[in-house]
Amino acid sequence: MAQLTFREAIARGIAQEMRRDESVVLLGEDVGAAGGVFKGTVGLLEEFGGVRVRDTPISEQAILGAAMGASMTGLRPIAEIMFSDFFAVCWDIVANEIAKSRYMTNGQMSFPLVIRSGNGGGLRFGAQHSQSVENWAMMIPGLKVVVPSNARDVIGLMAAAVRDPDPVIFLEAKALYASKMDVPDGEIVDTLGSAKVLRQGANATVVALGAMVPRALEAAEELSANGIDCTVVDVRSLVPLDTMTLLREVSATGRLFTVEENPRLCGWGAELVSIIADEIFYDLDGPIVRITTPHIPLPAADSLEDLAIPSVERIVTTIHKAMNS
Amino acid sequence: MYRSQFALRQFEKRAYDLFLENYVKGTSHLSIGQEAIAAGVAAAMRPTDWTFATYRGHAHTLARGVPMTPVFAELMGRTNGLMAGKGGSMHLTSVEHGVMGSYAIIGAHLPIACGAAWSAQYRGTDQVAVAFFGDGSTNIGAFHEALNLAAVWKLPVIFFCENNLWMEYTRTSEVTAVANPAADRASAYGLASIIIDGNDADEVYEVTAEAIERARAGDGPSMIEAKTYRHGGHSRADPGKYRPDEELAEWLAKDPIPRYRTRLLEAGVSEDELRAIEVEVDAEVDRATEEAKLGGVPGEDLLLKDVWADGGGAWRN
Repeated sequence: MAQLTFREAIARGIAQEMRRDESVVLLGEDVGAAGGVFKGTVGLLEEFGGVRVRDTPISEQAILGAAMGASMTGLRPIAEIMFSDFFAVCWDIVANEIAKSRYMTNGQMSFPLVIRSGNGGGLRFGAQHSQSVENWAMMIPGLKVVVPSNARDVIGLMAAAVRDPDPVIFLEAKALYASKMDVPDGEIVDTLGSAKVLRQGANATVVALGAMVPRALEAAEELSANGIDCTVVDVRSLVPLDTMTLLREVSATGRLFTVEENPRLCGWGAELVSIIADEIFYDLDGPIVRITTPHIPLPAADSLEDLAIPSVERIVTTIHKAMNS
Repeated sequence: MYRSQFALRQFEKRAYDLFLENYVKGTSHLSIGQEAIAAGVAAAMRPTDWTFATYRGHAHTLARGVPMTPVFAELMGRTNGLMAGKGGSMHLTSVEHGVMGSYAIIGAHLPIACGAAWSAQYRGTDQVAVAFFGDGSTNIGAFHEALNLAAVWKLPVIFFCENNLWMEYTRTSEVTAVANPAADRASAYGLASIIIDGNDADEVYEVTAEAIERARAGDGPSMIEAKTYRHGGHSRADPGKYRPDEELAEWLAKDPIPRYRTRLLEAGVSEDELRAIEVEVDAEVDRATEEAKLGGVPGEDLLLKDVWADGGGAWRN
């Protein structure tokens, strides 16, 4: 057992897979000599050398195009897009090329690659370096989408993503990079498409993702002191989606609250709500409530950013009000 | 190479007829007039090398040895198509022939070809990737990103520009800062400026073979700009009326196929031999057309197939 930050877990997770499999390579801007702008790849260049850990130009299409071409010819690349906002300059490679090519070629090609990216707000970087884009990725057929919420899951889900034969978008909540937890020693391998129940309660089910998970847990503690006992589920993987766990946990309490960092329209919670309405509508005891960032570009000022992203206080107040109305 | 060029021409003429007969739906981009390039480059490649083509990719696919029947069937949207009808004219792919896809977003496949070349370099094979693109691709960002990466990483990739002078419906020179859209940019990436006659299969073959040799030897990428002309419009919807008659006439006179035929006759190949090739190819086109028409219509079993590597399309449990 060792205490590890989220950012250290990224390097450990990648190293675990690179030691195991020589076809795993890492590429991206500043991932080598600099150890990543968020220090998520510290030590990898030293351990694996410049042939396997490659710094690239600031050319997002080239980074992801190279990852795609390498993956279709036998490698398992892990590519970094530094900030997930930058997906907008290489979205063709992601959405048109990587995601569609297996289907279009009737299964002739495989793309076992991982695209890691720093996602979301909390660091006061302003609208072009802070957006939560998990819903962009989730809506593209052919992409798997993983969002870990803690250091242990970073390692386990990274292993699952690297070993998966399909392309995986691996979103790292920037707000969590400095968070710490005790992580078991040795190899950790998780399963894609498995949500995790972090807390069991009888009154309401709170479903959260990425940086919203620790906030949901903290809110649940406060609510419990006020007599509202919440189940908290960490979605972890948007595609594949562990619908069975989510439906079961919502049925058990009859109430659903989603906590989403993405701007409101077409957030992942909306899809979940549609599934719930379709399949377990009569198990519900009250309205479903989505707690999200408003439909705005994220502002830079700390006061405004804190108002925008769901806070522990907003989660507590919203659930409290809904449960008492 | 005469057989190859003639077969590409006859295939595409038939494909056009099949459009008119409504056997082929959607759109299609013919490369009639540009066959010397597909044929010449393919002849310089090994079976283990990789081709990355564009939406104008029928010729590049066939030239690597993919049989006509599955290509016709793919254009017709049949189960015996190269991709069972799921890709269509613009996405012809045959991994077993090294045809690593036809890409319909301008420039996208250039960085992807870099990735395949990087994989060959990493794994220590001497495979080479060839990416074909048109003059239009030279003004999009992915072109420049790919060239820079290939140069910096010394990748075994050949960038092959087929400059047919027209960027869809617009004359390339009107929207491009330099006279030779690919070759004039080569120096920006430390590459030699290479311009060739794209209507001469022998020249295409020789220059490509040299570039491939350099790539295999670890000397990095090359870019080749071949001047050529498409006899028809940009796509099925385009009669190409914007082009001056004299220009078209000039290029029809430089048609690579009669030109190559004359060269062979002058070199002592008999008329009978050439006729025999032509009769064989025509019979092959007829046979492949009929075989393709016999294919089934893709149904629901294919709709959700192969989204994922497990063969299925499930996104949830």
